[in-house]
Amino acid sequence: MSDKSHRSLLLRVEDLQLEGRSDETWTPIVKGVSFDLHKGEVLGLIGESGAGKSTVGLAAMGFTRDGVRISGGSVLFDGTDLVTASADTKRQLLGKRIAYVAQSAAASFNPAHKIIDQHTEAPVRHGVSGRKESEEDAMELYARLRLPNPEEIGFRYPHQVSGGQLQRAMTAMAMSCRPDLIIFDEPTTALDVTTQIEVLAAIRKIVEDFDTAAIYITHDLAVVAQMADRIKVLLRGEEVEEAETRRMLSDPQEEYTRSLWAVRSFKRPAKPAPALDAVPVISVQGVTAAYGKMDILHGVSFDIHAGRTVAVVGESGSGKSTTARCITGLLPPRLGQIEFEGTPLPGSFRGRSKDQLRQIQMIYQMADTALNPRKTIGQIIGRPVEFYGGLRGRARRARVEELLAQIELEPSQYIDRLPSELSGGQKQRIGIARALAAEPRFIICDEVTSALDQLVAEGILKLLADLQDELGLSYMFITHDLATVRSIADEVVVMKDGEVVEQGSKDDMFTPPHHPYTDLLLSSVPEMDPDWLSELLKERGLENIGDAASDRM
Amino acid sequence: MGSVTRIVVQRLLLGILTLLVVSIVIFTAVNLLPGDFAQAVLGQGATEEAIRSIRRDLGLDQNIVLRYLDWLGGVVRGDLGVSFAQMNFQSNMGGGEMKTVAAQIAPRFGNTMFLAGVTAMIAVPLSITLGVLAALYRNSAFDKGANLFTLSSISSPEFFLAYVLILFLAVIYPVLPSLSNIYEGMGFGERLEKTLLPALTLTLVVTAHMMRMTRAAIIQLLSSPYIEMARLKGISPMRVIVRHALPNALAPIINVIALNLAYLITGVVVVEVVFVYPGIGQLFVDAVKIRDIPVVQAACLIFAGAYILLNLTADIMSILSNPRLRHPK
Repeated sequence: MSDKSHRSLLLRVEDLQLEGRSDETWTPIVKGVSFDLHKGEVLGLIGESGAGKSTVGLAAMGFTRDGVRISGGSVLFDGTDLVTASADTKRQLLGKRIAYVAQSAAASFNPAHKIIDQHTEAPVRHGVSGRKESEEDAMELYARLRLPNPEEIGFRYPHQVSGGQLQRAMTAMAMSCRPDLIIFDEPTTALDVTTQIEVLAAIRKIVEDFDTAAIYITHDLAVVAQMADRIKVLLRGEEVEEAETRRMLSDPQEEYTRSLWAVRSFKRPAKPAPALDAVPVISVQGVTAAYGKMDILHGVSFDIHAGRTVAVVGESGSGKSTTARCITGLLPPRLGQIEFEGTPLPGSFRGRSKDQLRQIQMIYQMADTALNPRKTIGQIIGRPVEFYGGLRGRARRARVEELLAQIELEPSQYIDRLPSELSGGQKQRIGIARALAAEPRFIICDEVTSALDQLVAEGILKLLADLQDELGLSYMFITHDLATVRSIADEVVVMKDGEVVEQGSKDDMFTPPHHPYTDLLLSSVPEMDPDWLSELLKERGLENIGDAASDRM
Repeated sequence: MGSVTRIVVQRLLLGILTLLVVSIVIFTAVNLLPGDFAQAVLGQGATEEAIRSIRRDLGLDQNIVLRYLDWLGGVVRGDLGVSFAQMNFQSNMGGGEMKTVAAQIAPRFGNTMFLAGVTAMIAVPLSITLGVLAALYRNSAFDKGANLFTLSSISSPEFFLAYVLILFLAVIYPVLPSLSNIYEGMGFGERLEKTLLPALTLTLVVTAHMMRMTRAAIIQLLSSPYIEMARLKGISPMRVIVRHALPNALAPIINVIALNLAYLITGVVVVEVVFVYPGIGQLFVDAVKIRDIPVVQAACLIFAGAYILLNLTADIMSILSNPRLRHPK
């Protein structure tokens, strides 16, 4: 990451303004953003959701989504103003000199065509190279990006390839015409940490190899620190500040930037270990469970004690959510059992008494889809109040108001609103209130913060911690984010391929020696240090990071 | 692929069950109609005795359940029976070979399939092209014009469309014959020429549905990330729609095409009458008029079979159009 600002200018975005349409009126969503990008330089665009990062990224290609328009400013790419250029002129540039890598490769590859056919489309259509040449080039790029079976993988359909591999295939596709500029729009946000690190390494290598300039959009500071030469911070469509990466990390000028940097600092004091003879609230004992004939969980056992938080971590597909489904009785275990305060629970929720059901509640990852969009907040929370507590009429309303106050939302203001009138963080609070309404002893939190911005997520974590202290709740916290684990867990259970590979108190977990898989997970979490990825690669080598290492275990 | 075979077998078995139910419903329904074959044939001059005699000859005096089972037994052995009209004629006049229902229907059914085939050849490519263009130039004058035209043609009665076409293409500009008198042994070219006018009429009737489904299915996909990706690769709008959207929109389009093709086989009697086209529809209506149960039954089985087979084909093609199902992990 040397200084590239002396090199020739590639892209100049000047006072770019965008408007979005809502209810038939155009409202500004990006209010004047300017930046320069030189050849071979990587600019990181960061901000929370709604900051306009993706909109700016797309506008830098002269493209806007439906319902968005460029209302002012200019985007000069190598002398052409993409704001005023004709659709034809832009089509000549897109794919050929400016390429795009989307957040979800699974959704952005056309399911109807083979990967390599989509790869060769741009070079062939733009007359950059012939089909045969382009296919060979694709295989070479796949090999460079360390995809398995580079000769063959392109001839598969997108659904036959894993998410991390698809993301790399999409980076290869963006490279197909050797563009001057690539826009990376949150390319690793949807991936597991171990997969993310591989994709990050691959992207960085190929961008350096071909000396491509890039705009790297993300909300993850640690990621952008590895990728970018310079960082620009956006907040609600406005520039906050821009600086060279190291200076931005060590010496942010603006209050907002500092608050972003400080988010990961929330940490609860450690609790004393539970008494040896204490009866756990939930005890998972040798649970083996299957979907159809395939065993997904293999003899999973762990305890959760009163007033404590157990974080269950692991990659997607490791069986975290399946374990939760067994505890709630949605998936009766094939072998083993779940005990609640010493008494075994019936395997299926159908066999459990109302009181047993009441004790175990759940908060979901997507608050958006977990709340009925047609019911008011009062109805959503009132339902379990009535079902479990038997309260009606005025008593029910009073209880709902009490719960709203508990989750720090003003009752009179929110009780009659619909979920669509709330922000993401507020919706998640409603999810919490709904779980609390049953007055449970135990709550399963399934990735409750992963869809939220860091500042909002921190608020939710603090709220959950306060409620735990106040009500003596036990949590099972399913997450793949180790920063979250560090801030709130008392104990950690590490899962891989349906088995528990390591469990213990948080402090044991985060201090070596680790189980090799735990070590891999921990080492894959990006750190704010811009040299972190380079040093890790130097230390371990490409073979010993990410999925490549995980698959060998 | 194993799943496709299983679906085919399952559906065919269900299809046979459906045919059985259809035959029961039709048999009962025709019997519920006021009057029977004897009354219909003899008309106002009927005497009690003559009616009784015809009923006896045709077995109409027997119990309805027995008659149905008798007919069913024949069908299972591949014998669709002989039409009442033929039997009555023979018992009065004597002599001559009796034409079975199968022999009676076969040429008519062939004609119907020919008309349906010609119509499909014109209507399916036309409506998909119109749909693609309407999606490409959505909300433009072309889109609105195509919608207006196809919607007004589907909203007009078929005989009206038929007469409008006759007026323009047979009377004012006499390029096509207004009568479609098809007979056996006719050359293909001549047959095609005679069939063209009814085929065009039916094209006007079925195009709107298929075109609008094509347009809607494509437009629904246009906001998906892979379409955005294709645009960001600098692919031309036409190619984006034809290569990136259309293959993913096929399932609903295929289903609507199948429904319309089934309509072309079963629902075209009005057009047949206008053009005097000797298809199965006319035969069917005549048979219902004189309560000629064997013919009605056979025609209904063919209609039901057409629906079942076309829907099955549509389902299989929808599955095959989905690479996730065609190439499992």
